[in-house]
Amino acid sequence: MFERKSGILLIAGLGFFAFAFLSNAVVPMLMYRHLPEKTAEQLVNGNLRYQFEDLAQRFPQAFEKVYGVPPADPEQAAKWYDEHLAKALRLGRTVYTAEGCWHCHSQFVRPVSNEDRRWGPVAKSWEYQNELQRPVMFGTRRVGPDLSREGGRRSNDWHAVHFFDPETLSKDSPMPRYPWLFEGRPDKPNDRGLALLTYVQWLGSWHETYPYYEDYVVTPIKTAPAAEVAAE
Amino acid sequence: MTSATNSSIDGQQCPRHEDLVEDRLVLWYFVAALTFMTISMLAGILMGLQLLRHNPLPAIEVLSPGRWRMVHTNAIAYGFLANAFLGIMHWVIPRLTLRPVLSNPLSYLIFFAWQAVVLATAVGILFGQAQGVEWGETPVWIDPFALLGLLLVAINFGAPIINAPGPLYVTLWYYLAALVWTFLTYAMGNLLPEYFVCGSSAGAVGGLFIHDLVGLFVTPLGWGMMYYFVPILLKRPMWSHGLSLVGFWGLAFFYPLQGIHHFLYTPIPMFLQYGAVLSTIALEFVVLTVIVNFVGTLYGTGDLVLRNLPLRYFYTGILFYFLTCLQCALQVTLTFQALIHFTDWVVGHAHMVMFGVFSLWQLGVMTYLVPRILKTEWYNPKWCEWHYWASSGGLLVMASDLILGGLFQGWSWAALQPWDASIHLSIPFWSVRLVAGLVMFAAQILFVVNFYLTWRKSTRSFSVTVPATGAAPAFGQ
Ligand code: HEC
Ligand code: HEM
Repeated sequence: MFERKSGILLIAGLGFFAFAFLSNAVVPMLMYRHLPEKTAEQLVNGNLRYQFEDLAQRFPQAFEKVYGVPPADPEQAAKWYDEHLAKALRLGRTVYTAEGCWHCHSQFVRPVSNEDRRWGPVAKSWEYQNELQRPVMFGTRRVGPDLSREGGRRSNDWHAVHFFDPETLSKDSPMPRYPWLFEGRPDKPNDRGLALLTYVQWLGSWHETYPYYEDYVVTPIKTAPAAEVAAE
Repeated sequence: MTSATNSSIDGQQCPRHEDLVEDRLVLWYFVAALTFMTISMLAGILMGLQLLRHNPLPAIEVLSPGRWRMVHTNAIAYGFLANAFLGIMHWVIPRLTLRPVLSNPLSYLIFFAWQAVVLATAVGILFGQAQGVEWGETPVWIDPFALLGLLLVAINFGAPIINAPGPLYVTLWYYLAALVWTFLTYAMGNLLPEYFVCGSSAGAVGGLFIHDLVGLFVTPLGWGMMYYFVPILLKRPMWSHGLSLVGFWGLAFFYPLQGIHHFLYTPIPMFLQYGAVLSTIALEFVVLTVIVNFVGTLYGTGDLVLRNLPLRYFYTGILFYFLTCLQCALQVTLTFQALIHFTDWVVGHAHMVMFGVFSLWQLGVMTYLVPRILKTEWYNPKWCEWHYWASSGGLLVMASDLILGGLFQGWSWAALQPWDASIHLSIPFWSVRLVAGLVMFAAQILFVVNFYLTWRKSTRSFSVTVPATGAAPAFGQ
């Protein structure tokens, strides 16, 4: 059996592979089946809406060029913002993948090495059960800091200038420049630029707690839905 | 055990090498492999320069270092390692089974299709279509083609193996299993996390994929190759067939179980993480049996490693294999993970196993086969020596430098120092890595030039007497 073709093909080739797949991949899938995958629309929350509207105020020309003008009626405007926000999140995630940000930045806080003190709450499974984490952006290397608690930590201005040329804000930063996310100037992000800014602000926006070294002021819009926190 | 239905193989007459092996294709695969190796190394150098803030290129989209980093790993995995393996399999499988591959035109089709897949992957990544799976950044629209290619590879090479009378020799166990595993691994890793599962479960699949790609594609093809070439070069059988059996079945069982060790301390259930840690440690013992077997085979003729270049490549690779596995046994423990995960330690580990083991083995096989196929000595055997020393020396420096640097990065983070501190302390390590990388790069360029000049020499002196294959002069021991 051990040197026969059938043994090698069926037992080693298929059998052991299937065993590993069942135990290592199917088991977690079953364990998390009570946490359905959320769509980008379902991910919109108060903190994020605040940041998105902030983008509209800080970069009015760029915002208008990409998304147009919101309807005058406040209720319709709210719907309008949420729709564009969801689209921006999807595109932002595409940009994040395409630029290989995830090879320099992780997206999970471990319970060791003082990481919860540096970045905030330790990562929990429910945070990752959504469309933007398919495939999951855990990452395996940190040249730059973890980003899973980045939302709200810096202003949109800061991020825009930082993406345009990181060294202006972080001396000696090895992070590459991304001028193609802008139209020549940091205050003119293009569609991908606005999307990436939205995406970065989304990271961790579902948490009430924010990093220790920058005070978090509760958004004027509304706090993160209680349901999300309860799901923990 | 099989009945003697294959009459052409029975009896004394043995098929001629020319009827079995398509020599030209082997060479073409080597050329393709070395081309992608050059591209990949240039990409690595670019990323290395970026980290030191000396990126010479203008900030335009297709030159973005983040994208080139993905080209770096993908060109190595699918462009260099896969191409070199395919070329070597075209040599080994027909000679071991005494049967040609299923179809010669199919072989050529696969060759061109595979180059198209790798090129499309690189171009796709550069134009921003990367898929979010590490080592599977191949744009999603290429995945079906790549899978079809792997299926054809399995059929083309599977045919002679299946038709050969069993039981099989060790090499063919590894090859046969790898043909199945590679296809399954690629399908699992590229399709499941993209279309079917998200979050932590996708992480578990992603971990399995990264690991299976190394463990079920690269490793079995690599060891299969060693079980073929080492006994031939040493002109003696493997030391212990029993250990060969333990090695294969141990690898087959334990390797696929460890995927999650790439994502320790993630929200993936903790008992699964413990399982991955335990099976990783179990595998270290299996690896030890394999290494003992190879050292046992060498026992008494150790001086050959000094005199025979391909053998030296092989045993250097085996030494690095031992070192990486030792390192792995340490780094997989949760205590160590807390410190070294996310640091350059892991990058050092990756280079040691990918270049120090598998690439060195493949370069050794190339050094051995090229003169046999071209039927002439290397243009300059001294350059081959230089190639060896600069490659393995450069790698040794690069790996130890990164492993050490990783420790300091880990300590800096755990001490809650500002992020810049970890960047600043990395500068010396990143500089040394770059220098070591440049040495490795220069070595490969020298090898390519040597290869080219040898090829030119062989076409010029074609009318001169042609020694029989198997008895070519260079490095034949
Ligand atoms: C070469 C590795 C590298 C790549 C690629 C990279 N970064 Fe960074 N990033 C860094 C480093 C190092 C820092 C820390 C220094 C700094 O602030 O610039 C950083 C900092 C950041 C910060 C600020 C974190 C904070 O709050 O201090 C954000 C946000 C960020 N990066 C996002 C991104 C995004 C989005 C991408 C992809 C478009 C990306 N990075 C690509 C290395 C990288
Ligand atoms: C010219 C020589 C090389 C240089 C300068 C180089 C440089 C680099 C750099 C800068 C990275 C990114 C590390 C990071 O994110 O911090 C990297 C990653 C990597 N390289 Fe290389 N490299 C070289 C050759 C090779 C070769 C020959 C191989 C394989 C045979 C290889 C395999 C890898 C792998 C697997 C990774 C991913 C590591 C990880 O994510 O853990 N490299 N390399």
